[in-house]
Amino acid sequence: MAQTDKNTTVKSGLGKSGPLKSGPLKSGPLKSGLRRKRRIYLLLTTVAVFILAVALVLNALKDNIRLFYDPTEVSEKTIPPGQNFRLGGLVQQGSFKSTETAGILINKFTVTDGNKSIPVTFEGLLPDLFREGQGVVTEGRLNKNGLFIATEVLAKHDENYMPKEVIDSLKKRGEWKRVVSDKKTAATHKSDINSEINKGDAR
Amino acid sequence: MIAELGHYSLILAFGLTLIQAIFPMIGAARHDGRMMTLGPTAAYGQFFFSLAAFLALVYCYIMSDFSVAVVAHNSHSLKPLLYKISGVWGNHEGSLMLWVMFLALFGAMVAYFGRNLPKTLQARVLSVQALVGLGFYLFLLLTSNPFDRLADVPFEGNGLNPLLQDPGLAFHPPFLYLGYVGLSVAFSFAIAALIEGKVDPAWARWVRPWTLLAWVFLTIGIVLGSWWAYYELGWGGWWGWDPVENASFMPWLVATALLHSAIVVEKRDTLKSWTILLAIIAFSFSLLGTFIVRSGIITSVHAFATDPKRGMFILLFLALVIGGSFLLYALRADKLQSGGLFAPISRESGLVMNNLFLSVAAAVVLYGTLHPLLSDALFGVKSSVGAPFFNLVFGYLTIPLVMIMGLGIHFKWKRADLKGVTQRLMAIAGLSLLGALMTLYITYGGKIMPAVWMGIALWLLFSVLQELSVRLKLFRIPLKQSLQRFKRQPRSSWGMSLGHLGFSVGLIGIIATSSWNLEAQKVMGIADQMTIGDFTLTLDDVIPVAGPNYSAVRGIITVSSKDKPDYKAYPESRTYISSPMTTTEGAVETTLAGDLFIVIGEAQGGGATDRFGIRVYYKPLQVWLWIGAAIMVLGGLISLSDRRYRIGSPQGKKKKGSPSHAH
Repeated sequence: MAQTDKNTTVKSGLGKSGPLKSGPLKSGPLKSGLRRKRRIYLLLTTVAVFILAVALVLNALKDNIRLFYDPTEVSEKTIPPGQNFRLGGLVQQGSFKSTETAGILINKFTVTDGNKSIPVTFEGLLPDLFREGQGVVTEGRLNKNGLFIATEVLAKHDENYMPKEVIDSLKKRGEWKRVVSDKKTAATHKSDINSEINKGDAR
Repeated sequence: MIAELGHYSLILAFGLTLIQAIFPMIGAARHDGRMMTLGPTAAYGQFFFSLAAFLALVYCYIMSDFSVAVVAHNSHSLKPLLYKISGVWGNHEGSLMLWVMFLALFGAMVAYFGRNLPKTLQARVLSVQALVGLGFYLFLLLTSNPFDRLADVPFEGNGLNPLLQDPGLAFHPPFLYLGYVGLSVAFSFAIAALIEGKVDPAWARWVRPWTLLAWVFLTIGIVLGSWWAYYELGWGGWWGWDPVENASFMPWLVATALLHSAIVVEKRDTLKSWTILLAIIAFSFSLLGTFIVRSGIITSVHAFATDPKRGMFILLFLALVIGGSFLLYALRADKLQSGGLFAPISRESGLVMNNLFLSVAAAVVLYGTLHPLLSDALFGVKSSVGAPFFNLVFGYLTIPLVMIMGLGIHFKWKRADLKGVTQRLMAIAGLSLLGALMTLYITYGGKIMPAVWMGIALWLLFSVLQELSVRLKLFRIPLKQSLQRFKRQPRSSWGMSLGHLGFSVGLIGIIATSSWNLEAQKVMGIADQMTIGDFTLTLDDVIPVAGPNYSAVRGIITVSSKDKPDYKAYPESRTYISSPMTTTEGAVETTLAGDLFIVIGEAQGGGATDRFGIRVYYKPLQVWLWIGAAIMVLGGLISLSDRRYRIGSPQGKKKKGSPSHAH
């Protein structure tokens, strides 16, 4: 809306509209017309920003969503090698091996849901809470031989904490009961996970 | 006994809240002064009894009364006193108790500082506050009673997660909750205004300080949490876009928008219905945040299944509060007369753009946070939307937001002189461009975007300083007169300048620490060396250390670099006795140029016990982030102390510890 007065030029890139008298905006219909007009510009700007934001979000989502699979799903689906995803389950007892060469650690372990298991390799320091028999979520991709190359092992901040996705997966695979009974004999004190376990049992 | 007294107090507080909800509202409708005066009285009483209930719970923790279920589950007799107390709000029941106590506190504050408000408005505000409170009291009493006793009393409690035993985290939840609950006041004012059908500049002047207070608390709470995550979790990050973090960030974004739009209502009598909407949304996010963190809904839809009673209550409560207020808004918002007109290039437009981008940012965070939940509930696909998504989107959203910020603060109300402003800003635009180019040169071969962001952040920094110098007429009149102007600036404009300055300083820190951080890790034995950037680390020794409730290994590391004298760093890895888990105590050497952060892990590497995993991070300009946040908080506090919010304004009311009231 090209509204001009002596020292101000106000422009808007949103198309042109009828000329408006400059000067004090007093008369009723003129003012309400201007109000409507300005409201429309505001609306158009809002819509434009909104559309741009949605485009940005969709574009960002495309590359940055990490799907979560458990070992059974990995073996059922055909996930192309090189595609990033998260793999979660239990670290199989007796599967963990780690070797150090010149300060660099190569860790190998197997992630299982009691039904299927997937071999994993990870280069680097593991979180302190990484243990055999405990839940783990790793991020990475499969190579051609079906080995999962983890780029990240997600740290959890509680020795009893089991990632929710892993709990759901274990319940689905019927492995949860066994884990729970193991935990119960091992646990000497109650805490969040135990109440979680009890609730799981109750269902 | 004390626990029962606490429970009883809680029920009494609930009863008073019921009175506070019903009578002032009816009184306001009938212009019945006696009914309306019940509001403040009930509010004081409610605060008294909810404080009593809260203190009773604190007492149970301090005395380690393990017959009380929450104490047994979350405390331990060997814990230091500070963490016995902070353990009160380290769990679902206790945190809700704290929340409702703060709600009552703010209600009492509205009753006290709002004595000069129009009687009907104050009555309605208090009544809406009480309606919100009713939901929380019912939730506490029916589903999450903190005073439940255990049938068989254990000898020892379970202890608090050692990670939470930290001063930063001890005070993080209370500040966050003060922020969340503070927004309830803005919400109550908004609902009361909708019922009255009137929003005017005076209304905005009453709402602003409350919003500002909430914003200051929210900022402190978020920064404390971030700071804790930074040095306690030892993963070298300070913000992970975790649902729990997002839950506090969303209300902050909307509160920031509200803070700005309320200025437009106050100064120009326009953007009223939008401001009301923001107040409703801000508090809705607060409620969402409270329940997200405590119920674990976001981490899994199945959290509902594990505790259907609480889940249903939360859903119902959220639906009532949020749905109800939106319905009221839809019915009444058109009653609000729009005031002054403004041109597309004006201070108002700048603030509208600020609101637009902040709201979009909040919507993005909401979507990103809910996406995993939605895709699981709708399609059964488990997924996560991580930091890269948010970083990407926020990276781009920040650019227009900050550019408009730098421009908007120079605009006049109603209609700004774009040409004049552009001319005035040419120099600093050139300087920021130069800054971007220099950044590009220094980081030659690196990515381009960080340099762009740096240019944008510098633009804001220079622009704020320029605007300040214009206001003080620096270098255009004798320095002495400028100094006089300096003293005469209203505190609220200092608040604005400092808030924006802090934001730009913090932004510079964020850009640097996320774009150019270095990370290295190595498994080391005694006398091994590693390098990161210009630093060389030598592991001199690793010794066992015994703490009050933990045992630890402590690394002794010599750090040497070209420019600085050598120093020793002592990172620790602690194993707690009460719950067998480890925490890292990183050794952080902070300078203005950057933090060197060293973390030692447990022995690992092919079963060897004399080799330790060492991680090192170099975070350039990390401390700028904390300094920037501190400046922002300072700005908020200075603005809050502005006299205009206390005296001189029509029916002036206000704030904390201000003895001098109107007239």
